[in-house]
Amino acid sequence: MENTAIGKSQIRWDAVAKVTGRANYTGDIPQKEMYHGKIYRAKIAHGMVKSIDVSEALKVPGVIKVLTPDDVSSYSFPTAGHPYSLDPKLSDKADRKILTRHIRLYGDEIAAVIAKTELAAEEALGKIKVEYEEYEFYLTPEESLKEGALEIHEGTKNIIADTTAEIGDLETGFKEADILIEHDCYTPTVQHCQMENQIAYAYKDVDGRWVCVTSTQIPHICRRILGQAFGMPWGRFRVIKPFVGGGFGNKQDVTIEPMVVAMSMAVGGKPVMLDLHREEVFACTRVRHAISYKMKFGFKNDGRIVAGDILAISNNGAYASHGHAVVAKGGGMVTALYKVPNFKYHAMTVYTNIAAAGAMRGYGVPQISYAIETFMDTAARKLGIDPFDLRKINMTKAMEENPLLHMTQYTMGLRECIEQGKERFQWEKRVEEVAAAKKAGKLRGLGFAAFAYTSGTYPKGLEAAGCRLVLNQDGSIKMMVGATEIGQGSDTVFRQMVAETVGVPVDMVYADQVTDTDTSPFDTGAYASRQTFVSGMAVKKAAEELKEKILLAALEFAEEGQEAETVDLDVKDCKVIKKSDGSLYTELGDLALKTYYHLNKGICLTADVSNKCIQNAYPYGGTFVDLEVDKVTGKVKIYNILNIHDSGVIINPLMASGQVEGGMTMGISYALDEELRYDSSTGKPLNNNLLDYKMPTMMDVPDLMVDFVEIPDPIGPYGNKSLGEPPNCSPAPAIRNAIADAIGVDINAIPITPQKIIEVLNAKDKEV
Amino acid sequence: MYQINGYLEASTISEAIDYLNKNDNAQIIAGGTDVLIKTRERKGGYVDRDLVGIMRIPELKGIKIDAEGNIVIGATSSFTEVEENEIIKSNIPSLCTAVGSVGGPQIRNMGTIGGNVANGATSADSASTLFALDTIVRIASKEGIREVPIEEFYLGPGKVALNKGEILTSFVILKKNYKGFKGDYIKYSHRKAMDIATLGCSVMIKINGQIIEELKIAYGVAGPTPVRAKGAEEYGVGKEISQEVLNEIGEMCLKDTSARDSWRASKAFREQLIRELPKRAINNAIGGGFNA
Repeated sequence: MENTAIGKSQIRWDAVAKVTGRANYTGDIPQKEMYHGKIYRAKIAHGMVKSIDVSEALKVPGVIKVLTPDDVSSYSFPTAGHPYSLDPKLSDKADRKILTRHIRLYGDEIAAVIAKTELAAEEALGKIKVEYEEYEFYLTPEESLKEGALEIHEGTKNIIADTTAEIGDLETGFKEADILIEHDCYTPTVQHCQMENQIAYAYKDVDGRWVCVTSTQIPHICRRILGQAFGMPWGRFRVIKPFVGGGFGNKQDVTIEPMVVAMSMAVGGKPVMLDLHREEVFACTRVRHAISYKMKFGFKNDGRIVAGDILAISNNGAYASHGHAVVAKGGGMVTALYKVPNFKYHAMTVYTNIAAAGAMRGYGVPQISYAIETFMDTAARKLGIDPFDLRKINMTKAMEENPLLHMTQYTMGLRECIEQGKERFQWEKRVEEVAAAKKAGKLRGLGFAAFAYTSGTYPKGLEAAGCRLVLNQDGSIKMMVGATEIGQGSDTVFRQMVAETVGVPVDMVYADQVTDTDTSPFDTGAYASRQTFVSGMAVKKAAEELKEKILLAALEFAEEGQEAETVDLDVKDCKVIKKSDGSLYTELGDLALKTYYHLNKGICLTADVSNKCIQNAYPYGGTFVDLEVDKVTGKVKIYNILNIHDSGVIINPLMASGQVEGGMTMGISYALDEELRYDSSTGKPLNNNLLDYKMPTMMDVPDLMVDFVEIPDPIGPYGNKSLGEPPNCSPAPAIRNAIADAIGVDINAIPITPQKIIEVLNAKDKEV
Repeated sequence: MYQINGYLEASTISEAIDYLNKNDNAQIIAGGTDVLIKTRERKGGYVDRDLVGIMRIPELKGIKIDAEGNIVIGATSSFTEVEENEIIKSNIPSLCTAVGSVGGPQIRNMGTIGGNVANGATSADSASTLFALDTIVRIASKEGIREVPIEEFYLGPGKVALNKGEILTSFVILKKNYKGFKGDYIKYSHRKAMDIATLGCSVMIKINGQIIEELKIAYGVAGPTPVRAKGAEEYGVGKEISQEVLNEIGEMCLKDTSARDSWRASKAFREQLIRELPKRAINNAIGGGFNA
C-alpha cells in the first residue's frame, strides 16, 4: 500500500511561527518581577580561590544577593545528558559543583550575583575581588600527563578512563601483513555555535516545587540532575523546555540549570533568569573533544586489512561531562566500516584546563572518521590501489555482526552510496577536469571519505521513549512525546508517523509546544540521532494501539445492520472504511464524538505507551568533493561537494535535505575554519567570540548536493535509520583528502587554514 | 548590556561641539557599531559615558561633488549609503567595494564611514582606499574648520588627530586623485562576510596604454595604522606593466609595511599577502591579463 505521510516532504509545523518571530523561546516568556543572575568567572586557568570579597558588589544599586561557594548546595553532580545508570560503576563522573573554590579552567564559576536588572548584575561582577593561589595549567593531554603534573581532580592522575577494545591478535595480524602503514592525525577543539545561547530561569511554584524553564535537549535527564545537585527527591523539580534554538549536543548537558535554581533558592523562590553571553558559551559550556590518533595498520598487497592498531587520546578539558564515552565510540565505528580481523583500539580520556568537552553532533565520529578515512586515503596511495576499491575490499556487509558492538546490521548501503554517489557527482568527468587543471598548474584535487554511525546508543546506553495519543472530539489527534524538539524537526516527523499509521492527514495531528517533565511522557531526549529511530518506535506503537481502539470503537458504535469485523476495517483520511470494498463505515469525527458523549457506552480513546528499544541500525554514507587551493593565499575553493546517505527510508525528504546541508556545513568548517584556541601563557581562550572563531557565513558555504540511497531497514520503525549526526562525519576527511590530492602533501591536523597550507607549500618549495 | 550615563541627541554641529567642550565625559556616537561593542565589553573609557548622538545632524550627511569637481563625503554617511551612491559608484567604485566588505548588511546600514576612520583601527575597510585617494579629513571645532591629510590623521592604534571639542565632519577627495584612475580593494579575511581583514589592500592606478602614470597602494593591518607603500608606488610610476614589474611592486611593498606576528596570522603569512594583494588588485583594476 502506498504511504500517505511517510516519505513525503512536509513543512515543519512550527516553521511559520519561528520565521515570523511568534514562537516563544525561553527568553521570550514573561515572568513577573524577574531577577537576573550573572556568574563571576575565574581569571586564571588553574588554582585555588584564597579569598572572595563581595562587599563592594553588594553596594551596587539593584543587587539583591551575591553568592559564594559557601552559600549554595555543595553536592557534587554529573552533568552529562546520559540516562541514569542503575549500575553505579557505569555512572557519569560527579565532579562538578554549582560554585567552586578549586579553579580548573579559565572562566570557572566562583561566585554569582542576583540583581533586579542584568546591568546591575554585570556592574556588580566588576566589583567582586578574588585572590588566587595559581597553579601550573595544562592545555593538552601531553602536558597534563607529563611526569609530576598536578592533578586537576584529586586521585585521577588526570586520566578519566583508559580502555582497550580488542579483536583477534594484533601481533599475529601484523606478521601476516605484507605492508605496514602508519598515520598520525589530530582533530581540534571546536564548538557547536548553536544559535540560542544557554538560557534558563527558575522559580518556586505554588505547590512548593522548583520549576526550571530551560533551553535544553534533555528535560527528563535535567530533572534528575537537579535532584542530584541539591540532594533532593527528583519529583521536587519540574523542567519545562519551550522552543529551542538549537543544541548540537551543547544542551545535552546540564550546564546552567543547577546554578539558576540555586539562585532562585537564594531569593526565596522568586524567578531568576540566567542568560549566558556568547563569550561565556564558548569558554565555559561544552566543546568537542580534540583527539589525537596514532595508527598503524597491516595490509596484504591486495589491499586487505589484516591488522589495525589505534591509539586515541582525547582532551576532555576541566570536567568529565560525557567523558570517555565519546572517544570510546570510535572503535566500534571503525569495525562498522571495515573488517579488521586483528584490531586494537586503545582510547584514553584526559583532564586538562580547557573548556569541558561533552557531546557534540557526531559524538566522536567526526574525529574517528577523520582518522580512519584520511588513513585509508594515504594507505590507498601507498598500496597503489584506487581508494574506492580499497574501501570496497575491506567494507563490512549486511547481516554481519559488529564484533565490538555485538549488534547485527541488517542493511549496509555504503557500496550503493559509492556507486550512486560517483554517478551523481560525475566522478569520472571530475577526474578529467582535475587532471586538466593540474596540467595547467592549478592546485585542484578530488577527495572522498566514508562514515558509519549508529541509531541511538543501545547497547551502550538505555533507549527508552514514550508517546501519548488522544483522539480528540473531532477526530484529530493530540500527540505528546518526551522526545525533544530542539529545531531538528522531530515533532513534525512524529506527526507524519502518527498520520501514516492511524490513517489521518498530517495536519490532523497536533504536537506540543513545550516539553514538560510533569506532563510529557518519559523520553531521554534529543541526542545520538535517536529520535526518529528510537522515539519513532514508541510513536508507532502508540499509533497502532490507538488505531486498534478506533476500529474496536467503530464496531461498538456500529449502526444496526452495519456489520463488519475489525480485520476488514481500516482508517484512511479520517474515515473508517471497509477494506474489502473501500466503502465508508463511519467518519472518524462522528465516531470520536460518540466515544466522548454517548450517555452509556464508549470511552475517550487514548494510547499511552513506553517503549524500550534494544536494537540498533547503522547508517552509512560519504562525501565527495572537488576543490582548488590558491597557491599564494592558501584559500580553498570548493567547486562541488556531495553528501550521500544510506539512512534507510527517508521520512521527510525536505527536512532530511536540510539536516544534511547543515551537517555538511559543520563538516566543511571543521576541515577548514574552526578551532577554539587558548593563550599558552595564561590559559585564557583567545577566540571565544564569533568574530575570531571562524564559523562560516552563508556566503562562505558552497552549493551543497545531497542524495540518499533508500534501503529499508527492518529494525527502524518505518524502515528508517538515523540521519541527525551522520552528515558532519565525512566532509572533513574528504576535504583533507582532496587537499592532499591538490597540493601533493598530507596535512593531517585540522583545521587546514590558509596559513597552514601556505606554510606547508613554502616548506615543500624549500625542499625542492 | 550597555552601561551609559547619559545621551544627547545633537541636531547641529555647534550643539555637539558645545557639549563636547563643556563635558569631559562626553563621547561621540555615530552608528554605534564600534562604541556600543566596546561598551558591551566594558572596555576602559567606554562605560558610563555621556554619549553625543550625531546621526541627526544634517550637515554631516550626504555625498556631493563641489564646484571644483572634488567629492565630499559626509562623515555620518553609512557604508550602505556610500556603497549605493551614484557619485561614488561612477567615480570611485573601489570605495564601494571597500565599504561593501564591512561586516554584514545590518552593520553596513548602521556603521558610518566617518566612524570607521575616527575609530582609528588599522583594519578599517574604508581607510586604505581613503589613503590611496589622498583623502583630506575635514574637522570642525569652535575655532572653525581645519583640514588634515588622512595619513596625518592616524596617530597610532586607536589614536587619531581629533582634539577635545572636535568633530570629523567630512572627507574630501580631490578631483586629481580620482579622475582617470582605476582602482580595486581586496580584503583578505578568513570569511567572505562578518569578518575583519587579515590584510586589506587598495590600489588606485592611472595608466596610459601599458605605462603606469600614477600609482597609489595602501594597506590596512600591515602596520599599526593604515599605510601607503610609497616606495613601490615610485618604482611603478613610468614603468610598463609586466609580470616582472608587478612582482617587483609586490616585493617593494614590504619595505613600507610592518606586518606583525599575532595569534591571528603570522608575520610570514601576512608578508606573503602584502606581496600578492597589490598585484591582484592592480590586475583587477586594469581588467586582468596578468598571472597575479
